[in-house]
Amino acid sequence: MTPTLQLFLIVSAALFCIGLLAALSRRHAIFILIGIEMMLAAANLNFITFWRFGPQPQPPTGVMVAIFSIAIAAAEAAVGLALVIAVYRHYRTTNVDQLNQLKG
Amino acid sequence: MAWSVNNVWLIPALPLAVSFVILSLANSRRKSAAALAVIGQIAALTLSIFAFATTLQTPGYRAFRNFTWFTFGDSALRIGWVLDPLAAAMLVMIALVGLCIFVFSIGYMAGDKDFTRFFAYLSFFSAAMLGVVIANSLLLLFVCWELVGLASYLLIGFWIHKPSAAAAAKKAFITTRIGDMGFFLGMIWLYGNSGTLLFYDDGRGCLESAGLVMLGSSATFIALLIFCGAVGKSGQFPLHVWLPDAMEGPTPVSALIHAATMVAAGVFLVARVYPLFAFGAVDGVTPSLTVVVSIGVITALMASLIALAQFDIKRILAYSTVSQLGLMMVSLGVGGVAAGIMHLIAHGFFKALLFLGAGSVIHGVHHQQDIRKMGGLRFLMPVTFLTYAVGMMNLSGVPFFFSGGWTKEEILHATMRWHASHLPHYLMLAGVVLTTLYMTRQMIFIFFNNRRAVSDLAHESPRVMTLPLIALAICSIVLGAVLTPAWPWLHSYLTGETARFDATLFIQPVLFVSLVLVGAGIALGAWIYRNAGMEDRHRPAETDPLEHAQPALFRFLEHKMWLDELYERTVLASSRAAARFSDWMDRHVWDGFVRAFGGLGQLFGIFTTNLDERGINAGVDETTSGARGLGRVMSGWHSGQIQTYLGAVAVGMLALLIIYAWLA
Repeated sequence: MTPTLQLFLIVSAALFCIGLLAALSRRHAIFILIGIEMMLAAANLNFITFWRFGPQPQPPTGVMVAIFSIAIAAAEAAVGLALVIAVYRHYRTTNVDQLNQLKG
Repeated sequence: MAWSVNNVWLIPALPLAVSFVILSLANSRRKSAAALAVIGQIAALTLSIFAFATTLQTPGYRAFRNFTWFTFGDSALRIGWVLDPLAAAMLVMIALVGLCIFVFSIGYMAGDKDFTRFFAYLSFFSAAMLGVVIANSLLLLFVCWELVGLASYLLIGFWIHKPSAAAAAKKAFITTRIGDMGFFLGMIWLYGNSGTLLFYDDGRGCLESAGLVMLGSSATFIALLIFCGAVGKSGQFPLHVWLPDAMEGPTPVSALIHAATMVAAGVFLVARVYPLFAFGAVDGVTPSLTVVVSIGVITALMASLIALAQFDIKRILAYSTVSQLGLMMVSLGVGGVAAGIMHLIAHGFFKALLFLGAGSVIHGVHHQQDIRKMGGLRFLMPVTFLTYAVGMMNLSGVPFFFSGGWTKEEILHATMRWHASHLPHYLMLAGVVLTTLYMTRQMIFIFFNNRRAVSDLAHESPRVMTLPLIALAICSIVLGAVLTPAWPWLHSYLTGETARFDATLFIQPVLFVSLVLVGAGIALGAWIYRNAGMEDRHRPAETDPLEHAQPALFRFLEHKMWLDELYERTVLASSRAAARFSDWMDRHVWDGFVRAFGGLGQLFGIFTTNLDERGINAGVDETTSGARGLGRVMSGWHSGQIQTYLGAVAVGMLALLIIYAWLA
């Protein structure tokens, strides 16, 4: 089975869907963060895939964007985890169903 | 002497400033009030004498200073002051007579609680009159003229707690206002035709030849309208009725009104705008001057007759003033301007003397004014008696020694030379007899015969009151020296000629005529009133011999020819009817209109209220409740469940993708 563009895109879409499903269905905040990271990873995979199957040779723009994106995702994960800890300290829970202070 | 011309304005300004200072003083500062007023008057007198000396430089001297008061559009309203023999002579007379009256008032008003207010008003009065005299613009003259009216109102009604005084003040103010209306119209007409109200303006003034030519035939009407103002102010028939009532004021005020200020203003005004009256004269006769003569003659004779039947010491003098003013008007009308002004000046002195003498008598007999209750005062009040006699001789026109005699003769001369008619001349001769007669009557009632009711209380007045009397008596005699026909200095001064001494002119035929007439008047008076105040079988002491002889005629004269009653029945009644009519119109007609408009407004109000409540308000309510319901629904969606939000975002994304795919 040769690696084709479609195969990569299907994998990436599946990864995105799994991430989305995790973010939507899990109740624990850290799992939601993990789901979001998965969706980000799917997006990064797309960047690299389109770069790899684009016209050759060319500068590694897709890889650069992916690396930036990973760095930002790391920062974002740090902020997200800090938030989760802060929320846990305040509410003594990380169950997002109970964190409904934003309701109108 | 440019200095004194430039500072002529100070002459009225100083007394005016003084009057404001006095008004700001406390009521108890009596001495400072009197001192300030007298000092202000002395200052005005000093400046007047400087101004007078300036006019002596050349015959017919005339200097004026004009300046722009304000501009409107492209025309400027200019006012200014003028210094000429007419103004200078009046200035000195007013300031001097005023000073004597001020000093006299210190004694006369000594017991009054509003002493300071009195002096403030006196200074104001004097200032206003001095302003009239120096005005070089009809407008400025009119302003000062109205200030004179205001001051007279304040002073006639000085004893405001007396209803009669308040009524007299109102009467004086309103009656003169009727004349002033004419004056004002004349002024507007004059401005409309000539474009200037300045008297003298280097040939462009309204009294100078160029200005007069622009007026043309309207000069007659303008002159007559301005004369209306003079009729009101100078107490000429038919607007003389306020003058006798003005006696309600304190006696020094009467003296001031009758001698130096108020009534002199009218005669002065006619003399000032004389070129208007004389414009287009044929042989010295113009229609407007003929009117002046007629009014003067009527006034002079009527007032002398009424004076014959009055019992109030001040009212007799008031009517004598009216008649003398009539005489001056006659003189102006027949062309004897200088004679009229000379008589005005001489009259200023001796009428002030008479009024102050009357004040002294009233003061001496404890505020009794009825001459029937006096009598035999000549030994009790010798100074007053002698000075009063001097005043009486002046007024009667006794020749040779008294200024009044010389000026009256001058007037008789002028009437004799009038081309239109000799009637005024003979009527004025009759007036001389009448004047002498009523003055003799008054002298006899007050000073001669038996003592009566109040005589025992009588005492001579203090020196502060007798000294002004003596000063005025001396002035009125000494003034005669410059009035004689042999050396008519004042006459030439006023007309701008040079006086020459000519002893042959000393004796004039008219002199003998008036000597005979005055002698006849005095003799007649002495004979008629020989028994006045003495009771006999047929009548009580308080009856006038004439009243005894001619009761009906006497009553007619005593009631001032029923003129007040006539005005009451005609002018006042019609004015009241007009007032009632306007009131009715107001209540029923105009009110109805107003109510109708109000009803329309109310209807409109009801309509808009309904529109508001039912239409606009309901719409707004509907909108807000809709918004509220929508808000309720939307707030339900905001559950705070972030996963729901995320799911919604995902669904939205998916939908967008599907749409995109479909469209592509």
